[in-house]
Amino acid sequence: MVRLKNAFMRCYLAFILLFLYAPIFVLIVLSFNDSRSRVTWGGFTLKWYGRLFSSRQILEALETTLLLGLASAAAATVIGTLGAVGIQAMRKRGYQIVMSVTNIPILNADIVTGIALMLWFVRLIPLGFGSVLVAHITFNIPYVILSVMPKLKSLNLSIYEAARDLGAGSVYAFFHIVLPQIGSGILAGFFMALTMSMDDFVITYFTKGAGVNTLSTMIYGEIRKGIKPEMYALSTLLFAVIFVILLAFNALSGKGKNTEDVIERSR
Amino acid sequence: MEMNEKERDILELRNISKSFDGKKVLDDLSLSIGRNEFITLLGPSGCGKSTTLRIIGGFVRPDEGAVFFDGKDITDLASEKRNVNTVFQKYSLFPHMNVEENIAFGLKLKKKSKAYIQDKIRYALKLVNLEGYEKRNTTALSGGQQQRIAIARAIVNEPEILLLDEPLGALDLKLRHDMQQELIRIKKEVGITFIYVTHDQEEALTMSDKIVVMNRGIIQQMGTSKSIYDEPQNAFVADFIGESNIVDGVMPQDRVVEIFGVKIPCVDEGFAEREAVDVVIRPEDLEIRPEGDGFFNGQVVSVLFKGAYYEIKVRTEGCEWVSQSVTAPEVGTRVGLYVLPDNIQIMHKPKSEDAEMIKE
Ligand SMILES: Nc1ncnc2c1ncn2[C@@H]1O[C@H](COP(=O)(O)OP(=O)(O)OP(=O)(O)O)[C@@H](O)[C@H]1O
Ligand SMILES: [Mg+2]
Repeated sequence: MVRLKNAFMRCYLAFILLFLYAPIFVLIVLSFNDSRSRVTWGGFTLKWYGRLFSSRQILEALETTLLLGLASAAAATVIGTLGAVGIQAMRKRGYQIVMSVTNIPILNADIVTGIALMLWFVRLIPLGFGSVLVAHITFNIPYVILSVMPKLKSLNLSIYEAARDLGAGSVYAFFHIVLPQIGSGILAGFFMALTMSMDDFVITYFTKGAGVNTLSTMIYGEIRKGIKPEMYALSTLLFAVIFVILLAFNALSGKGKNTEDVIERSR
Repeated sequence: MEMNEKERDILELRNISKSFDGKKVLDDLSLSIGRNEFITLLGPSGCGKSTTLRIIGGFVRPDEGAVFFDGKDITDLASEKRNVNTVFQKYSLFPHMNVEENIAFGLKLKKKSKAYIQDKIRYALKLVNLEGYEKRNTTALSGGQQQRIAIARAIVNEPEILLLDEPLGALDLKLRHDMQQELIRIKKEVGITFIYVTHDQEEALTMSDKIVVMNRGIIQQMGTSKSIYDEPQNAFVADFIGESNIVDGVMPQDRVVEIFGVKIPCVDEGFAEREAVDVVIRPEDLEIRPEGDGFFNGQVVSVLFKGAYYEIKVRTEGCEWVSQSVTAPEVGTRVGLYVLPDNIQIMHKPKSEDAEMIKE
């Protein structure tokens, strides 16, 4: 009986993994296929990858994506960490209110956030790299707060007071005593923000205006014109990069379950 | 005595009040602390001991009143600028630094030379009996060792006052006793003022020169261990310091108190006629005699061996008494209870609000 149940559970798991990863696997295979056809295997090639790196359009989009990801993640990390420290110091009621508000952008449908931000930006700043950056910082902040918060909660506040007691100013005590304790949470928040930014399509699409393209919006634009195998190669690379970041991120927070919590809440 | 009065007190709290969320935690508290005193704030949980200490340390700002250090008003001085260091109740060593780095933290901030810092670390570790622990990881130390390092970390800064907030609170009984002796020795060696917080009356009585008994943010009594134990000023103090029999009485005349209708000689005078009073008799002062030979007659309801003595409970009409004795009667026997006039403490009834807190 138990064995049967186990076998069933294993099949079920295999099925889920198959559905999740088979399409990606096909995509990866196709990116090495020396034939434009999606059904015949024309031999192994790296030429799509080669073309990828000779296309100015693609390289520009790559540059935009990386710049956007790093800048928005960095800004969100600073703002989010300070925010978390502030929220942690709040009284109970304020704390609950702010934490609920923090969750809204995560639970909110991207398209709503995207359109809302677009409407907002249209009046204030010209749509372009700047507006996308602000949009990305905005939706990244909650992820940073959520990954820093558990670390702050488990922080023993008397070590901060001990530092002050021994002659440290508040800034020194924060950087030398508090930061090392919550550093892994901050780093995890940064990586989370980075992936979220690189992953995003909807919000970017609505806030970017003409002329600016990240990889995801560019792929979308290209695919409407007809699928080019270069796009397979590009998607494969994108997948690989995000996969590596996620691994690093999990390794960082491997000891605590915090990040799993955060991911759980964000999905 | 006269010498002490000429010397200026090192610390003075003047009319301090503090509320949290509308609840008064300290109520018009005034307190002077002399140089080199070992003073203990003693009181039940939540009475405002830590808050008092945190006001002295600069972590909490009083709503009203002022703090004077060596005659200077330091009420608004940031904690890092006060010549005061704290040993916290919770372990507060920096977990990402080893023992040596923890102890050096304050000295590095003061930009002391490497040689000076090394000297101080060696001295401090010797003081707390942890020589050779420089490179140890703090998280691998036992609770007692962690608190010793915390003391060393504070002492190297040469504070004029060391604040200790229940530093032994998390340790087991045996270790507590050892550490109490250690602390007394360290206090003697460094010769600075110690302000100690505890809710353990035994600890307070063993260690302190002066005890401040607090309840609900109000100082109930201040004095030496002996004076507080022997002459509690109200029933709260009597009850909190050691176990006591506290019963209602009236004073029909000077030197006589009437309890449960029995007139008993005592040494107190100056009460109003038939004033209602609290009568306090320590268990070790309540003598068990043959029936008819004391002031009250009753029946032994329990006998507990406590190591050095027996704790005997006797029920009389109207009351159950606790007595301590080295000999024990059989449970169920009828006995008499006697007390010497000297060993009876008569106290004014507290005012109505205070009366409630004693009942708690
Ligand atoms: N920062 C704060 N915010 C709100 N209430 C506080 C704060 N600090 C202390 N209190 C409250 O003030 C009261 C006195 O606290 P305090 O810590 O001074 O008590 P204590 O005598 O040290 O007790 P314990 O023996 O439990 O440590 C308590 O009721 C506590 O809940
Ligand atoms: Mg306390």
